[in-house]
Amino acid sequence: MLKASGLSIEVAGRSLIEGLALEVERGQCWALLGRNGTGKTSLLFALAGLRRPHRGVIQIEGRPLADTPRRELALRLGILLQDEPADFWGSTLDYVLLGRFPRSRTAFAPDTDPREQAQRLLVELELAEHLTQPYRTLSGGERQRARIAQLLMQDPDCLLLDEPLQHLDLRHQLTVMQALAARARAGRALLMVLHEPTAAARFCDHALLLYHAGRIPQGPTNELLTQENLESLYQCRIEPVSAPGIQAFIPR
Amino acid sequence: MKPSAWLIVLAVPASLLWALWQGSVDIPARDLLSALGGGGDEVTREIVWGLRAPRALSAFVCGALLALAGALLQVLLRNPLADPFILGVSGGASVGALAAMLAGAALALQHLFALAGAALAAAAIFAFSLRPSGWNAYRVVLAGAALSAGFGAIVSLLLTLAPAAQVQGMLFWLLGDLSGAKDPLAAWVVLALAALAAQTQAASLDILTLGEDKARSLGVAVTSVQTLVFVAAAAATMAAVLLGGALGFVGLVVPHLLRLVGYYGHRALLPLSVALGGSFLAAADALARSVAAPIELPAGVVTALIGVPTLLYLLLKLR
Repeated sequence: MLKASGLSIEVAGRSLIEGLALEVERGQCWALLGRNGTGKTSLLFALAGLRRPHRGVIQIEGRPLADTPRRELALRLGILLQDEPADFWGSTLDYVLLGRFPRSRTAFAPDTDPREQAQRLLVELELAEHLTQPYRTLSGGERQRARIAQLLMQDPDCLLLDEPLQHLDLRHQLTVMQALAARARAGRALLMVLHEPTAAARFCDHALLLYHAGRIPQGPTNELLTQENLESLYQCRIEPVSAPGIQAFIPR
Repeated sequence: MKPSAWLIVLAVPASLLWALWQGSVDIPARDLLSALGGGGDEVTREIVWGLRAPRALSAFVCGALLALAGALLQVLLRNPLADPFILGVSGGASVGALAAMLAGAALALQHLFALAGAALAAAAIFAFSLRPSGWNAYRVVLAGAALSAGFGAIVSLLLTLAPAAQVQGMLFWLLGDLSGAKDPLAAWVVLALAALAAQTQAASLDILTLGEDKARSLGVAVTSVQTLVFVAAAAATMAAVLLGGALGFVGLVVPHLLRLVGYYGHRALLPLSVALGGSFLAAADALARSVAAPIELPAGVVTALIGVPTLLYLLLKLR
C-alpha cells in the first residue's frame, strides 16, 4: 500500500533518517516511536507528500507520490497533523465535514448525505453534544477528537497520525485507539507517531523505532517492544508490567 | 437562506434606490420611479440617469470590490486585520497619479499612471512573496507594510513639492472620493470576473483556514488557489482604487460583520460581502452627498466614521 525505499530526510542540514525502507500494508497498524527530535514528524510529512525527502522514493499503490495529483492523493493518504490553527469559525460538524472535500465533485455541488456520516463519527468519538458548538471554543482534547473525526471523514486508504493521543484524557485515549484499530480491521493502513509504548503494544501490530544516528529497527510489536529496546530507545529505565491481555511499560 | 441573508440581498436594490433619491435636488419618490421607468420630465431623467445612476453604481461597485478583496485577503493571509490596501496597491496608485499630476499630465494619463503604479505595487508584493514552495503570508504582510510606508513617504514628498492649487485635486487619491466617478463599467467587469473566480475556490478557501499543510493533505492545490485568489483580490482592489481612491474600512469591516452573524463559509461569505460591501458604500456615499448638502463630504470620511466604531465594537466582541 505505502512503500518507501532508500528514504533519507535532513532537517536544517542535520541528517535524521538515512536509507529507510518501509512497507505498510492494508489492515496493518504501525506505531512510530522515538525520542523528541529524531525525525518522526518529518518522516510523517514526507510519507504524506507534504515535504520532499532528501533522497528516496515513496509510492502509494505502486505510484510515486510526486506523480499523483493532490486530490487523488487525498483519497489514498490522509494525515492528522500535530499542530493546526484553532481559529476555524464554523461548528464542530462543519469542521468534520471539511474532511469530505476530496470526495465532493465541485465547489458548487456540495454533497448532502455526508452530514449523517459526520454525525456518526462525532458520536463514535464522544463529541455528539458538541455538534453545533463553534469549533474554536472546544477544549484541547475535544478539538483533538474533532480533528481525528475529520480524518476519519476523509477516510483515505492510509491514515498517518502525528500523536493522536495528545491532549486526551485516559477514557478518550481508549476511545480514539479503539476507533483507529477498527479502521485497521476494516482494511485501512495506519501509521501513527506515539509516545505511549503501552498503547502501541496494545493496539498496533507493527512498530518502527527511530533512534538518533539513523538506526531504525522495525517489526511486529510483540517482538520489538521489549524492555531492552525501549530502555535503549528512550534512554531511561523502563519496567514492563503485565495485566491480562495487556503489556504495559512504566518509566522509572 | 437565513433571514439575515435575505435582508442583505434586499439591501442591494434598497441602497441603490436611496442613492438615486438623495442629492442636492429634491426629487419626489413618484418622479424618481417614473424617471427610472423612462418617463417624467427630461431634467429629472437627466439627474437620475445621467448624474446619480453612474455615481450610485460606482459607489456600489467600489464597495463590492473592496469587501470581496478584504474577505479574500483575510483568509489568504490568515490575518483578521488584513484589508485590501495591505497589498500596497492604493499607495502605488496614489504615487503614480500624483506624479502624473505634478508633471501636468492630462486626466487620462493620470489614470494610466495610477494603474501602472498599482500594478507595479502588486507585482512587487507578488515577487517578494511567491517562492517555489508557495506563497508566504508573512512576506505579503511585511512587504505590503514596507511598500505602503515607502509610498506614504513619496506621497508626502510629492504633496510638499506640489503647488498649493494642485493639492486639493491630489486629496482624491488619499481620502477616497467618488465625486469624479462617472464610468464604472470596467470596475463592474472586474467585479464579475473576480467574484466568479473567487467563488469557484470557495470550498478550498474554507479548508485553507485550517493551514496550508492540512489543506494540501485534503487535496487542495494550495499554491494555484492562492495565486488565483491573490490575483483576483489585487485586481479587485486596483479597480476600486482607480474608480474611488483609497476608500477605507469597507474591505476590513464588511467581511467581519458577516462572519460575526454566522457567515463564515466562503460559499455564502463571498457573495454576501459583495452585496453588503456594495450596499454599504452606496448608502454611505448617498449620505456623504446629502448630510451637509450642498457640500459633499468624501465618501471615505463617512465609511471611516461608521467603520471605526464598528471595528472597535467588533474587537470588543471578539474573544
